[in-house]
Amino acid sequence: MIVIVDYGVGNLGSIKNMFKKAGFKAEPSSDPAVIRDAEKLILPGVGAFDAAMKKFRETGLVPVVGELVLEKKVPVLGLCVGLQLMTLGSEEGTEAGLGWFDAETIRFKFDAERANLKIPHMGWNEIHVRRQHPLVDGLPADSRFYFVHSYHVVAKDETAVLAETEYGVTIHSILGKGNIVGAQFHPEKSHKFGLQLLKNFAERVS
Amino acid sequence: MIRPRVIPCMLLKGEGLVKTVKFKDPKYLGDPINIVRIFNDKEVDELIFLDILATTENRRPNFELLKKITSECFMPLGYGGGIRDMDDVKQLLSIGVEKFVLNTSAVENPSLVRAAADHAGSQAVVISIDVKKTLFGKYEVFTRAGKKGTGLEPVKFAVDMEKQGAGEIFINSIDRDGTMQGYDLDLIQRVAEAVTVPVVACGGAGNVQHLAEAVKAGASAAAAGSMFVFQGPLRGVLISYPTQEELKKAIP
Repeated sequence: MIVIVDYGVGNLGSIKNMFKKAGFKAEPSSDPAVIRDAEKLILPGVGAFDAAMKKFRETGLVPVVGELVLEKKVPVLGLCVGLQLMTLGSEEGTEAGLGWFDAETIRFKFDAERANLKIPHMGWNEIHVRRQHPLVDGLPADSRFYFVHSYHVVAKDETAVLAETEYGVTIHSILGKGNIVGAQFHPEKSHKFGLQLLKNFAERVS
Repeated sequence: MIRPRVIPCMLLKGEGLVKTVKFKDPKYLGDPINIVRIFNDKEVDELIFLDILATTENRRPNFELLKKITSECFMPLGYGGGIRDMDDVKQLLSIGVEKFVLNTSAVENPSLVRAAADHAGSQAVVISIDVKKTLFGKYEVFTRAGKKGTGLEPVKFAVDMEKQGAGEIFINSIDRDGTMQGYDLDLIQRVAEAVTVPVVACGGAGNVQHLAEAVKAGASAAAAGSMFVFQGPLRGVLISYPTQEELKKAIP
């Protein structure tokens, strides 16, 4: 079973619904025993970086999930702030991130010409696949996803960038390295495109 | 780059969907689940459901019905109507609603705005402001399904709500509702200039050109009811939504 790590943050109902539509069972849980049994993990997240990181630490689940992901190589998909938590840290706060990606989370910074762009980046935007990975297999060229975020990730390691998206600047919208993958957008709210991506995670990412 | 969002706004009355004119004369459209399925097939940008009786009937959201809706709904979904406390907010989140639309509660219990934003993030909190022009031509905020005048001025109220933690302002003109004659662009522009969060325009859209006008006035998204559910001068019920190509062309 896919377990959605429930640390009190994120829209778990939507993620569960989309996996169900894709033909997979995904259940939210905060029980270490259930999480240890998971075939795959989802790390959700919305809102502020520090609030999410603190709540995740308070549950005591960080070492449990960390061991599964880093040592047992259990596939994990971070969504939105869930992806940001996988970086070294965020300009939004002072908490240390999980550091699973050699990447930072920074605020959108636009040049004068694009200064009128609204933050958060909210709405449907296209992704441009930069590197082949099971997570992005078969996504059509015009794939669009629902984004809502004020900070974005920047990978120092280019080989981890699976897809990019344009919003005033070029952002790294999907990161992936082996069993660890993450998306800045919300596949659970992105029609057939999100369905394909979650299906890929369930079937192909190992 | 992103294209401004175009959002069908659906009104729940009991277990059915209706469409009003100036917040009156609800016309029955059909079963919400069927209509959600059609909008889902048409890959709409986002959907908003407003239960227009919940507050006046003094009851909570119809969670059972919403559960059926969210299981058919694979786009961002906002819900408003009868949300009174954090229990309601948490229950909505758990069934897959990620935007809470607060209207009467935002006026009568503004601390809920802050609490909901702290719990789920500002992006989850949409403040819906129903506005009517008074006899003296001034804009006034109305609550309780447009029945109760508050004496509040909408631009100032929108700014206050942003300070409280609102992530979006949904501005709806009661006078334009269901008329399909175009948005109140003056109102939209004033609100959009005053706040930094995205503004969703609602009330009066009759065609894609109207949507583009709202965006030009400063809205980040355009919502509409009638234009997505009625067809022709006799207002026959037919669910429609522009194609991606049509939207890209009209609202670049």
